[in-house]
Amino acid sequence: MAELQVEIVAADHFVWAGAAKLVRARSVDGEIGVLPGHIPTLTVLAAGDLEIEPVSDARFSVQVDGGFFSVDSDRVVIVADNAVVNAA
Amino acid sequence: MGAQIRVYRQKINSTSSMRKIFKAMELIAASRIGKARTRVAASLPYANAITRAVTAVASQADVDHPLTTEPAQIRRAAVLIMTSDRGLAGSYSASVLKQAEHLVELLREEGKEVKTYLVGRKAQAYFDFRSREYARVWTGETDSPRFETARELRETLLEDFATDYEQGGVDEIHVVYTQFKSMVTQEPTVIRLLPLEVVEGETETPTNELLPLYEFEPSPDEVLDALLPRYIDSRLFNAQLQSAASELAARQRAMKAAGDNAGELIKKYTRLLNNARQAEITQELSEIIAGADALGS
Repeated sequence: MAELQVEIVAADHFVWAGAAKLVRARSVDGEIGVLPGHIPTLTVLAAGDLEIEPVSDARFSVQVDGGFFSVDSDRVVIVADNAVVNAA
Repeated sequence: MGAQIRVYRQKINSTSSMRKIFKAMELIAASRIGKARTRVAASLPYANAITRAVTAVASQADVDHPLTTEPAQIRRAAVLIMTSDRGLAGSYSASVLKQAEHLVELLREEGKEVKTYLVGRKAQAYFDFRSREYARVWTGETDSPRFETARELRETLLEDFATDYEQGGVDEIHVVYTQFKSMVTQEPTVIRLLPLEVVEGETETPTNELLPLYEFEPSPDEVLDALLPRYIDSRLFNAQLQSAASELAARQRAMKAAGDNAGELIKKYTRLLNNARQAEITQELSEIIAGADALGS
């Protein structure tokens, strides 16, 4: 099964990277969900929580305050000004 | 004891306590440098991701953004100079300031007015001493810059960039910082920050890779609006981090040289001290012998 390669980077450090089944984020226009096979997108993120469902682990959320994210050929790069992984 | 000997003793004492300070500063700089380099490395993923995204937008959409358009006429230029807060770092601040002077001279020759922004107390002292004007100064954290400061720098610079010439705005922005090449080479570097030239190659992204056709949400313009300030942030932050690493490397080298020189001085004074002591003993001996000779004859 196809999966997403997710990378989350903040301005001054690396946050998380791994394989995921689903990424849900809040863009400035509304919510966006990314599954494997999504078309290439560049989206501006709104402040709020971002949800990631890794392939093996339980889903977790990351709090971001603005930034953007790009999807291309199942590679998701989330570039946040500041990102904190919420404790499950 | 002779006065000469006392003087030498004092010199040896003060030099050896200085040497202790130099050695301590060298060790501190050496231990911080690793951390500074890690921070430079840690900021790379963000810089790479953002450069890639900006390139993607610029290559697909017709970019017509105020930040990327060259003004018809450049009448005033801003120069941001990044130096250190503290001295004892060899020629670190001096060489940045020298580079900045060159740039300012060049800009003046082209008939542009120059507005300066300073980072670091050394630059401030340099400008204050020559009673030159500067628009704004940031001090206090040159050896461990925070991302918030980079953002503040960007906000101030962009505000000026957006202002008209008549109201004191600027048409282009240059940054003078020190590029950290390796532990032994740091180079004062000038980059033109604005108007932006979106070129790849600043960061290592394979250029033969084809960028996918992105969909932009909400729209290419708005994505660009959000991206460009971040791109500038990341470049400024990177410049700050490299300057910090360079400062520490320069300080470590300067302190090592100072410590070595102090060691040599101590050696030299010790020789002179021995010499003086021996001369005194010789003199006393010859006085005694001369006295005995005078009595015996």
